[in-house]
Amino acid sequence: MDWQDMLSSSLQQGLGPTAIVYCLAAIGLNVHFGYTGLLNFGQAGFMAVAGYSMASIVTTWGLSLWLGVAVGLLLTVGLALLLGVPTLRLRADYLAIVTIAAAEIIRQVVGSVSLLKYFGGLDGLQAFNAQFAALNPFDKPTGIDGVVMWRPYDFWVVVVGWTLVVISCLIVFLLMRSPWGRVLKSIREDEDAVRSLGKNVYSYKMQSLVIGGLFGALAGFMTALRNAAISPAGFATDVTFFAYAVLLLGGAARVLGPVVGSIIFWFMLTFLDLFFSQATRGADPLIPASIMTTSQASLIRLIFLGLALMLLMIYRPQGIFGDRRELAIDAR
Amino acid sequence: MPADMIKSSDMTAVSAPRTDKSVDVRAALKGVEHQPGAPKPDPIVVADGIVRRFGGLTAVDVEHVEIQRGVITALIGPNGAGKTTFFNLLTGFDSPDAGAWSFSGKGLKGMPAYKVARLGMVRTFQLTKVLARLTVMENMRIGATGQSGESLWQAMFAPLWRGQEKRNTERAMDLLRRFKLDTKKDDFAGSLSGGQRKLLEMARALMVEPELVMLDEPMAGVNPALKQSLLGHVKSLREDGMTVLFVEHDMDMVRDISDWVIVMAQGKIIAEGPPDAVMSDQRVIDAYLGAHHDAELSTEDEEAILAAAEAETGATEGKSSHG
Ligand SMILES: Nc1ncnc2c1ncn2[C@@H]1O[C@H](COP(=O)(O)OP(=O)(O)OP(=O)(O)O)[C@@H](O)[C@H]1O
Ligand SMILES: [Mg+2]
Repeated sequence: MDWQDMLSSSLQQGLGPTAIVYCLAAIGLNVHFGYTGLLNFGQAGFMAVAGYSMASIVTTWGLSLWLGVAVGLLLTVGLALLLGVPTLRLRADYLAIVTIAAAEIIRQVVGSVSLLKYFGGLDGLQAFNAQFAALNPFDKPTGIDGVVMWRPYDFWVVVVGWTLVVISCLIVFLLMRSPWGRVLKSIREDEDAVRSLGKNVYSYKMQSLVIGGLFGALAGFMTALRNAAISPAGFATDVTFFAYAVLLLGGAARVLGPVVGSIIFWFMLTFLDLFFSQATRGADPLIPASIMTTSQASLIRLIFLGLALMLLMIYRPQGIFGDRRELAIDAR
Repeated sequence: MPADMIKSSDMTAVSAPRTDKSVDVRAALKGVEHQPGAPKPDPIVVADGIVRRFGGLTAVDVEHVEIQRGVITALIGPNGAGKTTFFNLLTGFDSPDAGAWSFSGKGLKGMPAYKVARLGMVRTFQLTKVLARLTVMENMRIGATGQSGESLWQAMFAPLWRGQEKRNTERAMDLLRRFKLDTKKDDFAGSLSGGQRKLLEMARALMVEPELVMLDEPMAGVNPALKQSLLGHVKSLREDGMTVLFVEHDMDMVRDISDWVIVMAQGKIIAEGPPDAVMSDQRVIDAYLGAHHDAELSTEDEEAILAAAEAETGATEGKSSHG
């Protein structure tokens, strides 16, 4: 058992590009679900639209990456409007159904054979990040010796990613302490009450959907940039559910909830993975093969993670950052 | 009690001078006939032919009704009479199968609820709707209209809305004091008792500075002592030039504060008039207690009813019409 290695690898994941992607996605879900009470189960769809816009503008149309980013943001807004117009007047569950379906449709479309020449089918697109890589000021591996260490490009992704996270958190903080944020929170509590006070609930829900979707778009860009590749597999439904897990772990309706949630989630997931794989390996494994084999070890982490989430929901349902007082109210 | 209430009332924008105005507006009702749908000299709400059906049940079927401006009108009727449904229809929370209605001369048909509220017609709910995970103060603040910080573009820049927020907070504090909720201002609204929620909802509606405030059973669950002072508040709203329409089952309250009473039963308006006249009206008593409440049924009557019922249902278990 190499505890030192396990811990540092886990930390590397907890602070790395993947954690950033899920953090940004969860910040978007926090606006949707945590503050407004909108059930968006298709955050992966928003991510895919943005990521693929950026990538395909470069590889398919040979244009600038930054134009791709602009197009991605624009199309994300378009998607939010498209999903919101028919559903936001209806009960909350309709949005959930429509978004989960839309995300899946988007994933199937970009992966389809007939659009192969635009989106690269199941293999996706590569080599679109030259303009981004060109800005990289780091030329040697960076990190803290013996704790975390990233290759130059990865470190550049990490720096840009966490900067985006900080800016996003700042925006969420500024918005949610304002009267505008108060309207969103009120809509989460009781739409009709808000309506009776002369607020256009539909318009506010739409604004929330768009803004949360834009944070999802940032997550989509980072997904594409972190591996310098994009493929439909990166936008499966479980991406959205992992992002929800991150949000609930950190605490919904808390500005820093997604950040803390994401770091802990990826730290735990990696740690469990390493632990079980090491504990089942070797001549005299810690866990005998009669209980668990090496091939089972990689799956068992998800079981444990699910268990951990269940325990969290039972004993600390407000998440790590949540307010216990708020929860007591729900019980009434 | 009401006297000192009036003195401290500075909460409405329409701070009418304390003249005999309220006496005048009530005097205007003198000439109005005591009939369902009677025309009023200065109606703020006029509704015509409002029908709302739920499947086979006609919940509301109002031919014509007018609500006089500047007075307190009570809408009473037995359970299930359609009062709440009528409120919902007027305020845009539900749409009728037929009919048209107007507020201050402006047609409201098809207008969404939030626009109705902005026009100055604000309602509360029978089943209180407080924003549970917001503090009492935040519940109040959200009632204020025309907040610049509620637009997305200005929201992020606090200096743009801080001054307005401060003024709204002061106004909210005044109202909370009147409703004896000032000590609770930092508690979550969800932690309030049932009666306190009623009070909060009413105070919040007043934050909108409405012209017409529609209260659906404001006194349900409020303790008698506070009820007295609330009656004072409602009266002071009238002094401030506001129009009040409220639903209430407590007849003492209705008698005490209302200038005019409209009675609904089975979706229809069956009587109108000043409180005393209405409460002695035979149609109203019948509606509340059932038509046969004081007439002894003779044996023949009973047999006739039974026969009719059996013919209707074709079963032995025919329901008689005993109230
Ligand atoms: N959404 C609905 N669906 C079906 N029926 C309804 C609905 N809302 C109200 N009703 C019916 O319409 C009738 C009038 O209901 P309403 O709530 O308006 O009564 P009310 O006069 O407010 O009674 P209460 O004094 O008990 O509050 C009732 O018979 C009720 O069952
Ligand atoms: Mg009712």
